[in-house]
Formats: sequence, structure tokens, C-alpha cells
Amino acid sequence: MQTTRTHPRLSLSKREALWAYIFISPWLIGFIIFTVGPMLASLYFSFTDYDIVSSPRWVGLSNYINLVHDQLFWHALGITFKFALVALPLNLVISYLIAVLLNQNIAGRNLWRTVYFLPSVIAGVAVALLWVRIFDPKFGILNPFLEKLGIQGPGWLSDPHWALSALVIMSLWSVGGNIILYLAGLQGVPTDLYDAAKVDGATTWQRFWHVTLPMTTPVIFFNLVLGMIATFQYFTEVYVITNGTGNPARSTLFYNLYLYQNAFRYFHMGYASTMAWVLFIIVLGFTLLIFRSSDAWVFYEGQLRGR
Amino acid sequence: MAETVKSSSHTKSTRYSLSGVRGQSYLLKGITTILLAAGAAVIMIPFLYLLSTSVKDRDQLRQSPPPLIPMAAATVNINGQSEPLYRVTADGQQSEMALVKNRPGGKGLFVDPNNPKQTYELVIAEQTLVKHLEIHWENYPQALQKMNFNRLLVNTLLVTFLGMAGMLLSCSMVAYGFSRFRAPGLNVLFILLLSTIMLPSQVRLLPTYVLFTKIGWVDTLLPLIVPQFFANAYDVFLLRQFFMTIPLELDDAAKIDGASPFQTLMYVIIPQARPALVAVAVFHFLYAWNDFYEPLIYLHSPEHWTLAVGLQTFNALYAVNTNFIMAASVILVLPPIILYFLAQRIFTQGVVFTGVKG
Repeated sequence: MQTTRTHPRLSLSKREALWAYIFISPWLIGFIIFTVGPMLASLYFSFTDYDIVSSPRWVGLSNYINLVHDQLFWHALGITFKFALVALPLNLVISYLIAVLLNQNIAGRNLWRTVYFLPSVIAGVAVALLWVRIFDPKFGILNPFLEKLGIQGPGWLSDPHWALSALVIMSLWSVGGNIILYLAGLQGVPTDLYDAAKVDGATTWQRFWHVTLPMTTPVIFFNLVLGMIATFQYFTEVYVITNGTGNPARSTLFYNLYLYQNAFRYFHMGYASTMAWVLFIIVLGFTLLIFRSSDAWVFYEGQLRGR
Repeated sequence: MAETVKSSSHTKSTRYSLSGVRGQSYLLKGITTILLAAGAAVIMIPFLYLLSTSVKDRDQLRQSPPPLIPMAAATVNINGQSEPLYRVTADGQQSEMALVKNRPGGKGLFVDPNNPKQTYELVIAEQTLVKHLEIHWENYPQALQKMNFNRLLVNTLLVTFLGMAGMLLSCSMVAYGFSRFRAPGLNVLFILLLSTIMLPSQVRLLPTYVLFTKIGWVDTLLPLIVPQFFANAYDVFLLRQFFMTIPLELDDAAKIDGASPFQTLMYVIIPQARPALVAVAVFHFLYAWNDFYEPLIYLHSPEHWTLAVGLQTFNALYAVNTNFIMAASVILVLPPIILYFLAQRIFTQGVVFTGVKG
């Protein structure tokens, strides 16, 4: 009798803690097996020569040194940066503007929303294959359309100077995901702020600039961070379009594609791990930079109340 | 980052109109509608092109520029030969005639199909080719058969739904743990969990691949399914935000009735959190259905491929058969689109997205 009672004799708070850890254990175990362990392992691999078949051979810093002298590494990094610098701001601005329009009280609003979100649910292989055909100079639909406007369209995906721009255009088609988040943010702006602005005689533009925009900066911030991370990992579309080559003339050899080639074409797991860690550090750096800068431009309503 | 999750509908009053004055209001609404309609056309045209290309035959594919409606030249049989039909003006009268021979100077010999003896020499450019709708549905069964669709569909469904079950089970548990209990170190762990959202997957992908190689799971569906049973940061975060809006009184009532924490989760929290669970399940479906990178690296033999990998390879082999590729693509995008229409409220009203707001 006494012994059976000793089991629940743990104090209430200890029992609560035990339950907490029982419930989060799936994540905790997964975190160790699929995140912490692999991260440490890839850090170790990055100092080795490793092809999976034979065991890793310690080579010190030579992967890192090779990386610095690898022209393709710099080339791939440059392409990724170029894409990020153009596609990311364009995506953020265009999806924001569309969200503002979709948030107006106009006829058929739900229909418009349905249309604008549609491409974002099918992202992936099929979309890439579709756009390959759209960009086709002869049998596609983009160049004949441009011709009607009197513009001679380029070879797009077959032209090294235009392939990256084609990918930017393609990415703009699927801005729906950002729009959903922006709409949620726009709908969360309290109406009394607009009423107050109206009483003060603010024009439409002033209300947008001084109320809407500041109040939605947290969502812009969120989209910027996640968009930046996604851009550095851009892969599926370019793999499908180029069959994993990054051509024409390596003009679409994105960082992640080059990493993939090293890891799964040449089985240079050590070198690829070095690339993965360099990518991690770059992404971390940019994330911290964006977080640092957020004090200057991200506005949280709670802060105002605190002052 | 987040404080509140509002379940479904926002009140109408939170919507804000750019306009105050009446006349200005109509003008702005008009401009807004025109802009949105133009953008909607840009979004829909690729879909139309996808559909129309999927039902064209080889000859129709060679039309440049490609018509958005799959048309084909009408032909008639003249002396055992199939000849293109034109709407012509001959002797001041309009009629339909077949072009039987080209003549120098852009001219051609035309005959009336009902009276093939009499020929007319006319300038071809001045006549219009008769076109009619021609749809080749047979592309679909052919394409599906060529890419071994049934097998790949089974694989994709296994990965999608077993993974979804694992994700729902593990993420509900973890979200419950993070939303209802106090324990030393729990906050730190939650921040760790959130930070993994920003972790580029590459730093953990390669050793994970090595691990799965060593235990013989490469070229099976297991690496795509099993990790889902260990929760993921994004869904845990969304579910936790939702769980926190469920009144604690419900938990307490269950506890007084003698329910264990597991029972409370099963019979109190999960029924209350249905909208959020449906939402993360829908997102998981889209993610798993469209996923390409991991199936690409883990699945090597064709009988283990998912549809996404199968379609990519199908394209690599049969790229010239644009119609088949597009037909297979239509089939691949159809389930997400159907799901999207069924679960539209989740997307348009932001059941869970409001959790993002600061």
C-alpha cells in the first residue's frame, strides 16, 4: 500500500515538468537525431575528405581553402546573390501591393483572392515544366505577346544573359504565399487608427504611409526573413528546368544546385558539407543583420503601449 | 514573435477602405478592379496554356504562336488526299474551298469539295484558313501510362498521408507540451525549436543522408515518412498558438473528472483545435505532394519514385512530347487545386496565419 503511493510522490511541479518533457519528447528526440547530430557531423565532414563508401579522412582546412579558390563557388554565390537582390525585393513589393488591393472593399474580392493564391499551391516541378514552355521563343506564349507590343523577345532560358531574369519572372507568378500573410497583417490593423487619422484629416495616401505601412512592418519583416532563407536554398525550379546542370553556360548554377552536384553527383560529401556550413553562416549573418536592422523599421504595437 | 491566433473570420469593420469621399471612392474602386483584373489575367493565362497544350496533337504543337484554344486546320478529302479548307471569296461569292496546289506568287489552286473539277486560282494570303476545335483527350491516358502513373501515385500517397499522420500526432503532442506545462528549460527549448525554422536544411541534410544510407533506408520511402513522426517547428508553432487560445478551464474540468494529460489532449484539446489541425494537414499535403529535393536524393529506382520525381524524369526523357508532359503536369497540379478550392477558407481567411502578427 505504502509502496504504490511512493510513485506519485513527486512534487506537483516535478510531475508537471515530467509531463512537459514526455509531450515534447518526439521533437526533442528528432532534434537530436535530425538536427543537432547531423549539424555536428556535417561540421566534422567539412574538415574531411568523404565519399560515403570509405570512411572520412581528416584533411584539416583544405576544403575551406579549396572553396576560396573554387571559381564555380564564387560564380554560384554571385548568381544566388544577384537573384536574391532582384527577386526578393520585387516579390515583397509586388505581393504587398496586391495584398493592399485585395484588402479593398470591392466587388468579387473573394474571386480575386482565389485567383491570386492559386499558383502558390502548385509550386514545384509542374510549374517549372510549364514555364519552360511559356519561355520557349518559338512555341511559347511570352515572345509572341511581346512581339505584339513591338518587342523582340530574347531566348530566355536558352540565353545565358536572360535565363536568370526568366527565373525571376517565374518566381513572381507564385507570390500568393506572401500575399496571404500580408492580407492577414492588413486585416489586423485596428480600425480606430484609421478613424483617428480620418478625424485628423489625413489623405488616403497619408493613411497608407503613416498607418497601414508601419502597422504591417512585422509581416514584411517576417516575409523578408523567410524569403531570404528560401532564396538561398532555391533549387527545385532550376534543377527541373536545366536537368540539374545550371546551364546555359552555367548562368543558373545556384549555390544550392552546385552544392547538390558536389554531394550527390560527385559524392564529395566533405566539400559539400563545407559549402553547407558556409551557406549556413551566410544565412545566419543576413538573418542577424535583418534582425538588427528591425529596430529601425519594424514597428510593434506593443512597444507603443509600453512607452 | 506572435501573440494571438484568431480563429477564422475577422469582423467586417477591421477592413479598411483607401477612400473616404464618395466620388473618389468609386474612382479608386474602379482603378483597383482594373488592376486586379489585369493581374488575374496574367496569372490565369499560364493555366490556360497548360490546359490547352495538354490536349494538342503533334501538328497543333507546331503552331507558332500557339493558340490558347486548341484549334486545328479543317481538312477535306479531295481525290483521296486530305487538303486544308479555306473560306474563300471567288467570283464575288463566299464559300469554303480546299487548297489543292500552291502556285508561284503566293497563289494557290482552290477547288470546291462538292465540285472538284472546277479550279480557282486565288491569292492564298487573302483567304482564311478554316479552323475548328480539336481536343486530344487521349494524351492523358497515354502520358499517365508512359510515366507509370499508378505506381508513382501510390508512393506519393503513402509519403503524403503517412507523413501527415506522423506530423499531426507528433506536432499535437509537442504543441500541447509547450502550451500547457511549466518545466525548467522549456522556454529555452521553445526558442531553439523556433530557430530551426531559419536553419538552412543543407547543414543537416548530408549527414542525414549518410545515416539513412548506413541503415539501408536509401531508395525506400522511409526517409520521407519517418522524420515526420518527430515534429517540425513550423507546425508545432502554429498549433501551440492555437492551443493557447483554448480556455484552460476545459483542461481543469477534465482533470477534475480524472483525465490524464494524454486523455485531456485527446478528448479536450484536439476536438477544440480542429480548424488548426485541418489547416496544418492541408499545408502538409501541399508540401509533401510538391516536395522534390528529398524524394530526388532518396529515391533512386523508378518504382520508388514519387510523382514529382517521376514527372521531372519523364520530362528529361520525353521533353519533345510537350503535350504529354503538360497532360501529366495537369494531373499533378489537380489534387492541390481541388484541395485548395475545398479548403479555401483556410487560405483566404487566415485561420492560423494571424499567429504571425507581432
